[in-house]
Amino acid sequence: MISGKTWCFGDNINTDLILPGPYLYRTQEEQARAVFQANRPGWVDQVAPGDAVIGGFNFGMGSSRPAARSLRLCGVGFLLAETINGLFFRNSVNYGLLACECPGVAAAFAEGDVAELSIADWRVRNARTGAMLAVTPVPSQLLAIMQGGGIYPLMAAKGLIASA
Amino acid sequence: MGMTITEKILARASGAALVVPGEVAVVEVDTAVLLDLSFLPEGWREVLKVHDPSRIAIVFDHLVPAATVQAATCHKTGREFAAKFGIERLHDVGPDQGISHAVIAEHGYAVPGTVLVNADSHTCGAGAFNCAARGVGGPDMLWAVTTGSAWFRVGETVRYDFTGALRPGVTAKDLFLYIAGKYGAHVNQNIEYGGPGMSGLSINARRTLATMGAEFSAEFTIFEPDDVLVSYMRDRTTRPFEPVLPDPDARYADRRTIDLGALEPLVALPDAVVNQSVPVSEVAGTRIDQAFIGSCANGTLDDLALAAQVVRGRKVARGTRFIVTPGTQSIFRAALKAGYIETLLEAGAVVTPATCGACIGGHMGVLGPDEVCITASTRNFKGRMGDPSARIYMASPATVAASALAGRIAGAEEVFA
Repeated sequence: MISGKTWCFGDNINTDLILPGPYLYRTQEEQARAVFQANRPGWVDQVAPGDAVIGGFNFGMGSSRPAARSLRLCGVGFLLAETINGLFFRNSVNYGLLACECPGVAAAFAEGDVAELSIADWRVRNARTGAMLAVTPVPSQLLAIMQGGGIYPLMAAKGLIASA
Repeated sequence: MGMTITEKILARASGAALVVPGEVAVVEVDTAVLLDLSFLPEGWREVLKVHDPSRIAIVFDHLVPAATVQAATCHKTGREFAAKFGIERLHDVGPDQGISHAVIAEHGYAVPGTVLVNADSHTCGAGAFNCAARGVGGPDMLWAVTTGSAWFRVGETVRYDFTGALRPGVTAKDLFLYIAGKYGAHVNQNIEYGGPGMSGLSINARRTLATMGAEFSAEFTIFEPDDVLVSYMRDRTTRPFEPVLPDPDARYADRRTIDLGALEPLVALPDAVVNQSVPVSEVAGTRIDQAFIGSCANGTLDDLALAAQVVRGRKVARGTRFIVTPGTQSIFRAALKAGYIETLLEAGAVVTPATCGACIGGHMGVLGPDEVCITASTRNFKGRMGDPSARIYMASPATVAASALAGRIAGAEEVFA
């Protein structure tokens, strides 16, 4: 089980909010400093390692840019959303951000609640209210990449790309 | 059990008799398209081997010509990568460069019935060619060029059947805005377009609609094949291809019929694309600082022709910037020969080289604080084209051109009356 203090972001959080276009050509550290600057200035100084992001409908809609990496670099431990945009989900797998869909999660958590996520039985519990929700399982082959630090180490191990 | 077009292509590419929603399909990638952004040092790694250089194309598009040292460095890395592995399809700054999705269309790289991946979300535009094309992330692209494969979660499909024909002055962008306003996002779903009205849509119109599939958050957006498509592809590729129709008993999450003749010009309100569509009249008169026509969705020759038709013999309003970005340098040349560029310049427009440019808030049309823009491009998210306080309305090239003349949001009805 992993737990994290929650930050609630609502529906349709797009990749321009997570990784603004003007930062596309900047370093990943600079990109991580720009997360949510338009909709929630100052958040990057408040989030702590291991915290959880709670999203609503279609989290991560938009671009193929590595927005999932920015969230991971901010210290986000895991993401739970009602639905996750398919492209953002791919990047979550590949950059090793634990990201799962969880119907009902947006209503079940108020900001600051602690989410206790168990991948073993695909459930999440709100430590304050005791509410328990089912998490949609991530296919095992994708979960392995997601939890194994993403796809770069896998490609390096196969001799496809140079090691970092 | 019957399959939709997307399911049939994914099944074919994965060597399976059947794929069904819910499973993960591992498929053979026919074409992998890398961009200048793919070579950002933050994501790119030195590739030790590629699966098949002939399956790879490289197109520089996001910041072209290089606007920053960082962009120039990406271009350099891309050229070196192409040289190292003998990748012939390199669309460098020059005559055959353009926005990747428009270059793919021009050169017939998206082969009907196959799978194409590209590191940009609007890759789904190649769905106009009956190709299962999807935008993926940078790491997916590294995986695709080194292994020749990709994985996809198979989603359910929503089918749209078109009847009738668009009226003059009503465009594929308005059709998109209608669907976006009525049905909203299609997260984790595929979209399939067909029906008796589909063949009346030009390839460019299909590209606009398919490209905007990214804004539906759809997995794959795909058109049925027809004679128009087959002849378009035969003119552009010598490769054999086998287009895919849906099975008669394909299972759809929903089937929706749209009468194209009943549609009117629409505008999306700022900050989001879907569920934001209103008739032009509802926002007419809103003052604008900038009008933009371009991007993978609206930088086609037809879009430039439409813009030229609207502004011919008239002048852009004083204090309004009208920026037009052709989708490719080849479109730029064709528009020059057809006289569209001269008409636009005479009216006061600024025409830029082909690039993602203003659409991504990259260069050549970035918005300042509190500015208002009306755009015929792909996205109007908060902060998309520059400062987060800028307001971005989205509409067809005809509506954008008419607004540039007025200095306020305006319809182009009188031109088409």
